[in-house]
Parts: sequence; C-alpha cells; structure tokens
Amino acid sequence: MLRMARYRNDPAALQDLVQADRVHRDVYLDPELFQLEMERLWSRAWIYAGHESQIRNEGDYLTVDVAGQPLIVLRHGDRSVRVLVNRCAHKGTKLVGEPAGNCGKTLRCPYHAWTYRLDGSILNIPLAQGYDGTRLAETEAGRGLAAVENVATYRGFIFVRLSPQGLGFRDYFGASLSSIDNLADRSPEGELEIAGGCLRYLHNCNWKLFVENLNDMMHPMIAHASSAGTARRLWEGKPADAPKPMAIEQIAPFASDYKFFDDMGIRVYPHGHGFSGVNFSIHSSYAALGDYEALMKKAHGEERARHILGTVRHNTVYYPSLTIKGAIQSIRVARPLAADRTVIESWTFRLKGAPDALLERTVTYNRLINSPMSIVGHDDLHCYRAIQEGLAGEGNEWVSLHRNHEHSEAAELERRGELTRNGTSDASMRNQFRAWKELMVP
Amino acid sequence: MERIDGPVKIEKSGTDPVFPVERDLARFVRHEARLIDEKRFDEWLALFTDDAHYWVPAAPGQTDPLGHNSLAYEDRLLLELRVERLKSSRAFSQRPPSRCLHVLQEPDIEASDYARGEFVVRTPFLYTETRGDESQRYAATAWHTLAWLDGRLRIRLKRVDLLNCDAALPSIQLFL
Repeated sequence: MLRMARYRNDPAALQDLVQADRVHRDVYLDPELFQLEMERLWSRAWIYAGHESQIRNEGDYLTVDVAGQPLIVLRHGDRSVRVLVNRCAHKGTKLVGEPAGNCGKTLRCPYHAWTYRLDGSILNIPLAQGYDGTRLAETEAGRGLAAVENVATYRGFIFVRLSPQGLGFRDYFGASLSSIDNLADRSPEGELEIAGGCLRYLHNCNWKLFVENLNDMMHPMIAHASSAGTARRLWEGKPADAPKPMAIEQIAPFASDYKFFDDMGIRVYPHGHGFSGVNFSIHSSYAALGDYEALMKKAHGEERARHILGTVRHNTVYYPSLTIKGAIQSIRVARPLAADRTVIESWTFRLKGAPDALLERTVTYNRLINSPMSIVGHDDLHCYRAIQEGLAGEGNEWVSLHRNHEHSEAAELERRGELTRNGTSDASMRNQFRAWKELMVP
Repeated sequence: MERIDGPVKIEKSGTDPVFPVERDLARFVRHEARLIDEKRFDEWLALFTDDAHYWVPAAPGQTDPLGHNSLAYEDRLLLELRVERLKSSRAFSQRPPSRCLHVLQEPDIEASDYARGEFVVRTPFLYTETRGDESQRYAATAWHTLAWLDGRLRIRLKRVDLLNCDAALPSIQLFL
C-alpha cells in the first residue's frame, strides 16, 4: 500500500514519536523515517568513516557509504585526509569500487577517463575541446568531485559531517572523547593501527536496536544464558588450577548477575553519547598479558599507566555510528541500509608497541562475539529481529524506556554535562532518543 | 546389514601398519558432513582430536587464525560449547531450529604423509541452512587434515573456505 508522507512535512508528528520515557514503534519500522534519518540525523551528526592507519600513504583510499552517500576517504599528497563523493562529475559512475586501495596521484573514471586530482578538481577530460562553447564549466559537472567539507580526525579516528549545518566536532562529542583517548592511550606509543581485517555481520533489523543494546545491561544474563551460561557450566567441571582459556575468560562474564551489571554503572553525555562500565566491566578480570603492563609503565609512568589500564569501560556509543571497546581495542560500526537492514562492521586494533598477544586477544573476542557465526551474536540478533517483527502487533504502539526514569534527567544532563546512573537504567537509550529528536528537526 | 552411515571402519589389507586408503578418506568426509546434517553433534564432536580446530577464515587465502579475524576458529572446548548450547532450551536463535544440508563434490586427497599418519582432503561443497521461511546458500571448500590415530581417522583441522567469506553475512548457526 502506498502511504503518504506522514512525517516529512509534519514536525509536530515527528517530535511526538519520542516521549521522555517511551518511543513510538515507527522509529524502528517506518521507511519514511529511515529516509529522514539519513537526510537529517545521519547527515548532521559526526559519522565514523575510517581510521587513519588504513590510509597511510598518498593515494591510499577506503570507500564507505554514509547516509546513503558513496564516499572516498583518501590521503592527499599534503598528508591531509580528504573525503570526496564517489561519483564521477560526468555521468555519475562510482570511481572506485573496492573497500580500500591506492589510486596513485589521480582518480580516473573507468567509463570515459575523466581524471581528478586528489582534492577532487578536474585534471583532464578526453577531447576537452568538445565542451568548448557549452555550459559545462558553469555546472556541477565542470567543478569536479564534490568534497565533504566537514572532516575531523581525532587520535586517528576519521569522522565526517555531511551537512553544512550541525555542531562542530568537539561540541558534538565533548567529554565522551575520553573513551577514544583511553583506547589510544593503551598503546605504549599512543598510536593505534587497524589490524586483522573486519567482520561484517548483516543484521535484519533497525540500526537503533543494535546501538541501544550495547548499553542495555538487563539483557546479557537472559539473552546469553545459552552461550555464556553454558560456557560457565562447561568450565565449572575443570580442575581449579587449570589455566582459564582466553575464550572462557571472555564469554563467561556475559552470564554475570543483575547486581554485576547494575554496579557497572553507565554515564551519558549530551547528543546521545555514553558508556557503560563506569566502575568496572566484563573486561575487568582478564589476565595480564606478557610484559604489556611493564611496557605501559615505562611509556606512561606508573601512575598514569595504572589510571589508563584501570579505566575498563564496557561499550562507549558515539552516537549514532561508532561504538568502541577501549579495554580490548575493538570497534563496531553501524552502517544502516534500510529500516530493517544494517551491516555491523567489527574492527580490531593493534596497539603500537604492545605485545602481539593483545591483538590475539581482541581478535579472539571479536570472533567469539561479533562474527556472523558467533553464538552470542545469534541470540542478540534473534531478539532484535523478534522486536522488528513483534512491533507490528496492535494494542501497544510504544516501546518502553521507563526503567529508572526521573523527570529531572534531561535538565540535570544539560546542567552538569554528564549523568552517571546505575548500570541497568534505561538512561542511555533515553539519552539516544533525546539526540534523535534534536537531530531530526526539519 | 552393515549401517552405511556408521563410523568409518578401515578394512585390513594384510600389510602392517594399516593405513586408510583413498576410499576411506572420502567416506570419512561424507560421514562427517552427514553427522552435521543429521544433527548427531556428539558423534560429530567425537571425530575431532583433542588438539583439533574448526576454522572458517574471514578473508580469502587467510593464513593466520590468531592475528587476523576469522568467522570461526574453535578448539575442542568451543566446539563442545556450541554443541551443548544447541541442546539448551534457551538457545533462542534456535527457536525455530535451523536445518542444514551439505552437498559434497567427490573429495580429493591433496596430501598423504604416511610417516605422520596425516592426510589432507579437499572437498568443494554447497551448503544450505534454513530456519523457518529463511534459506541461505553458500559455496565453500572444506580442507580436512585427518590424523590416523589408534586405527581411527580423526579430524585435526577442518578449514572451510567460504567463497564469499568477506561479504556481510547473516547469522550462520550450524556448521559449514
């Protein structure tokens, strides 16, 4: 059935979808809202595009879609990171199609050989005299590749804001950047390097279900009972002095009790960002690896090393696209495709100057938790999909976010710039939807 | 009548020591796939050596399972965890349960090391996994490193090269 646009021209109806303590199901289901999210929220927010370690040399590029736009993120000869729209100015051909590569000093269209410098300007058009006396130079086609103006890099993380409107990078992320700092500081050299490839998991659900879940501390002991609970039982039978395998160390804490997850705590910041694991996290009791701690003390000094390694956050959400796990140097990136389709990319980092065992640990975690073959991921995705289908049910059009709701929450966040709550509160989800509402205004 | 889906028995050839012949290796690989398809997971698990791995790389030609991400790289303990989980009534993603079928090409013996009692068998196959109304199909190549131990063939390594291992994939819940 063809439906009329309900929300595009009705700002009040759109604002009504998000109440302080609940949201309307349409935010997960409605294709029109998905389209508006891409045009507004995903264009006005700072979206993670990639990491500088992926494009070290001139002409190195990666390709990424942001808000439905095909982009090329590349290293210019002047060492700056440039982001160009991956669309030939001539007929619209995508210039490069691979996830990553090196294009040399120019980008050349495979169709008619229009050739561009790495800043997007036109270097050459074959038989250019054919355009003499035409309007070409006055149009978009004559100006070369469109460039994304708002590009920011922070400790190697590259973010873009497609829309000319919106907050500056620092104003948008504010104090939440401390989680990226903690991740980068975990390298004895203070530098990260993407390593070990990427796992790409196709989720047949709305992107928000994934992003919300990362700081949903009421689900692990239930949804992961069959994986983490079984892992605990299997390990219980082993001798007490048997060395605990890394996999058990990583998977078993998912079955921790309510008190554990509640005591972890969550902290939220303006514009939708926040993290769980204020006090400790499921990563807190991992075994020490090799001489890593000693290397950290040598690099950062005893006290600072202890502070860095003692900050063991669970998930930090850089709303809406990036979620990070500093304690095990991995990130998950949401790439929405449709209202009910999202690709989740999971990347791992090498901490420069750290023993190889740390890369092996993050790779192990990533495979156990974030792979399309992960038994932990299977139950998460099952639940997201079940929401996607269950929400069609009549009798209740709303999704509850009432847990530990306080009427003063939004005002307090605004006043203090951050809000720290018990881990099992829905405060993180409410915070994300406040940002949703801000970013979705026409 | 001999059960044709039973454990592979090696026929004595009169020479000593006794080694499996090509037909035995191929039959073992078919049997292994059948155990998965029929969800006889405890029997399946018993095919693996104690130091075995089941590996599904995430990149074509991947050589490193430890420093590079894989779709799966499971030792005996993790395989046991998967098998035990599938028995759990709380394995929510298995309600409804998945079913799978391997359609194998005739296995080829790639290498035989009689001194070590180790054999490598290559088997291209098509894999279908269904759940409810959903159905996924994959093309893959299995590489079995089989060990001849105490008169039995066991799996030391099963590597599955999924043709589209680097694609964005939905949940694959059983065993390729």
